[in-house]
Amino acid sequence: MADHAHHAEIDKVTGTSTTGHEWDGIKELNTPLPRWWIWTFYACIVWSLGYFLVYPAWPLVNGYTTGFFNYSSRAELAVDLAKLDVVRGDKMAALATAPLADIEKDPALLALARAKGKVVFGDNCAACHGSGGAGAKGYPNLNDDDWLWGGTLEQIEKTLLYGARSGHDDAHQGNMPAFGKDGLLEKDQIVQLANYVRSLSGLSVRPGTDLAAAKQLFADNCSSCHGDEAKGNVELGAPNLTDRIWLYGSDEATLIETMTNGRGGVMPAWNERLDPATIKAMAVYVHSLGGGK
Amino acid sequence: MNKPLRDTDLVPDDDGGPLYAAGKKIYPQRVSGSFRRIKWILMAVCLGIYYFLPFVRWNRGLGAPDQAVLIDLANNRFYFFFIELWPQEIYYFTGLLIVAAITLFLMNALGGRVWCGYLCPQTVWTDLFFAVERLVEGDRRERMRKAEEGWSLQRGSELVLKHSIWLMIAWWTGGAWVLYFADAPTLIKDLVTFQAPMVAYIWIGILTFTTYTLAGFMREQVCVYMCPWPRIQAALTDEWALNVTYKYDRGEQRTSLKKAAQARALGEQVGDCVDCNQCVAVCPTGIDIRNGPQLDCIQCGLCIDACDNVMTKIGRPTRLIGYDNDINIHRRMEGKPEIFKPLRARTVVYSALIAGIGAIMLYALLNRSLLDLNVLHDRNPVAVRLSDGSIRNGYTIRFLNKRGFDRVIAVDVSGPPNAVIHIVGADSIVPDRPMIILARDATTELRVLVDSRPSSEEDLAPSTPVAFHVTDIGLGEVASAKDVFVKP
Repeated sequence: MADHAHHAEIDKVTGTSTTGHEWDGIKELNTPLPRWWIWTFYACIVWSLGYFLVYPAWPLVNGYTTGFFNYSSRAELAVDLAKLDVVRGDKMAALATAPLADIEKDPALLALARAKGKVVFGDNCAACHGSGGAGAKGYPNLNDDDWLWGGTLEQIEKTLLYGARSGHDDAHQGNMPAFGKDGLLEKDQIVQLANYVRSLSGLSVRPGTDLAAAKQLFADNCSSCHGDEAKGNVELGAPNLTDRIWLYGSDEATLIETMTNGRGGVMPAWNERLDPATIKAMAVYVHSLGGGK
Repeated sequence: MNKPLRDTDLVPDDDGGPLYAAGKKIYPQRVSGSFRRIKWILMAVCLGIYYFLPFVRWNRGLGAPDQAVLIDLANNRFYFFFIELWPQEIYYFTGLLIVAAITLFLMNALGGRVWCGYLCPQTVWTDLFFAVERLVEGDRRERMRKAEEGWSLQRGSELVLKHSIWLMIAWWTGGAWVLYFADAPTLIKDLVTFQAPMVAYIWIGILTFTTYTLAGFMREQVCVYMCPWPRIQAALTDEWALNVTYKYDRGEQRTSLKKAAQARALGEQVGDCVDCNQCVAVCPTGIDIRNGPQLDCIQCGLCIDACDNVMTKIGRPTRLIGYDNDINIHRRMEGKPEIFKPLRARTVVYSALIAGIGAIMLYALLNRSLLDLNVLHDRNPVAVRLSDGSIRNGYTIRFLNKRGFDRVIAVDVSGPPNAVIHIVGADSIVPDRPMIILARDATTELRVLVDSRPSSEEDLAPSTPVAFHVTDIGLGEVASAKDVFVKP
């Protein structure tokens, strides 16, 4: 190892002294760093000690050291968010007071509502409807033009405010009865009805199905909610059975299950969790996804 | 290192001492001559451009900034005389940087570290700081004497004066920097009345500090330890590149003036170098050019001036130190004539690259569209089936209007069968052809829905090309963008 007390060896080629370190016959030249560099390095170490004191750093058994400034990124975020609320105050106030129909006509308000709506949707609605509102089996796709409870701005807002079968007094009510389970229809009647309903939207029908009898069955049991033409009823949340969109699926087995056990999906009442302006923004956002009427 | 005529072994002056080395204080001496004059002129030009460019006005019409060179970060615009660039056009800067890099290579292939010696900001400002130092404290010998003598009232006041001037230059440097990012006259007024944004003061502070430190104290250390260019250029250079060179074929053996005269009287061969060390005294990085090309040499040419002055005084030909290369040294030693080859494969390739990229950039700049659109397909869901069986795809389109006035545009779609386009939040006068107003010099982002109603399921492929067309109703300018239309 290098021993500075010894006379240093001088490398013949470069004229520089070596450190005395040697590996496989290769000797290391002593080309020292500039002094300021070393001092900068030391200064960085001292600086880092400052960090330990100023910022939260040391983990303790029941917490951590808080540092001289009591700095916390969480508190900083809260302050920033409060500032943001102030900055956005005017715009949000405008959103809260503007009539729903006018929001979509004002590019600035529409942009705000869509931006706000998108975030709130992601936080609250995406769990069921998907982050893009594409829906899933039993959870409506919000991008299409089929609406159980109506697709105008006002109707969407109402659905958001009070929900469906949510227990709220103003919530949408309406149930698909369990025709099979409650013994209202025989099993073969349900099979006939399932095939009849499929025929309404142009889907194939099981051979030997008596569509005329099924039509009578439909008129007796289903038309009160779904309408004589099976076009549905937004007051009752009864879906249009003649279109190409099926909330639970259009295959025979699913339809038989639907009629046997009934359906009654629940949408929460969001007025208990979100303020009216936010719900307005959401209504505009959902409406603008594409299917709004 | 090539040193055929100098077999004298270097005598090491350190004994393997500590693992760090104290910086050697360098006292460059004043010098005059052609290279010094070139450096003064280049310094004046560079600093003149840097300090005063923000004050040049350029009329762009109402509502647009009238500063010739302006980086408007708040509004995402960059103005350079007649050019207005948007963030999407950042590739112009990329192109500019590539051209700058290749120009650097070309300069290096022709004349070595021309950049380092004459144009690098570190060199320019350090040179300016040296000039101030000489003005206040005197030339090399005086400064060395004063440094040894220790403190006195006069020494103290000199140092205060020197650092004050340095700080003023540094402060002006930082101040000029921020002027490129806002309207210069307004910003100056705001700065003086303490109305300017905090970030302006902070940047002035940072650049004042860095200029003062780097040009006043770090000086050659920046070139030797911090800058990567000396290492890179050593890999890029070749034996033909002209570099500041000590022509040892002419200079060696070094002799004193008197001995040289005696020897010449006797008809003996002696070198021209009289070992006066003037080249070392004037060197801003404190090296001895006679040791051959080295990393610390920024090739500023001041040693050429210093040596020329001495050679003129003793009646010997000038350019004992000059722009030369090793090939010529060897050719002279072999009695062959000097040759210079500025036209070589690498200089031709570099020039061609510069010309090529420059031409492409110029073409792109002259043909850039002032109406544009970017399309982003919805990812979630990618496609939706509507109740009547037709298929809908959603897109977000960003329309760019780079003109200085509002314009009405119509948006059309083509590709999928029976395609119909809707723009969310935009009512249209013409059915199936939405018209919207694009605000001047701005982007407008809108959600666009395209419905396609194929006559049968087979009529629509899983993925169909879709094209969006934008037409300026007034000017007839058109722009298009492509994407795909997919089936659920």
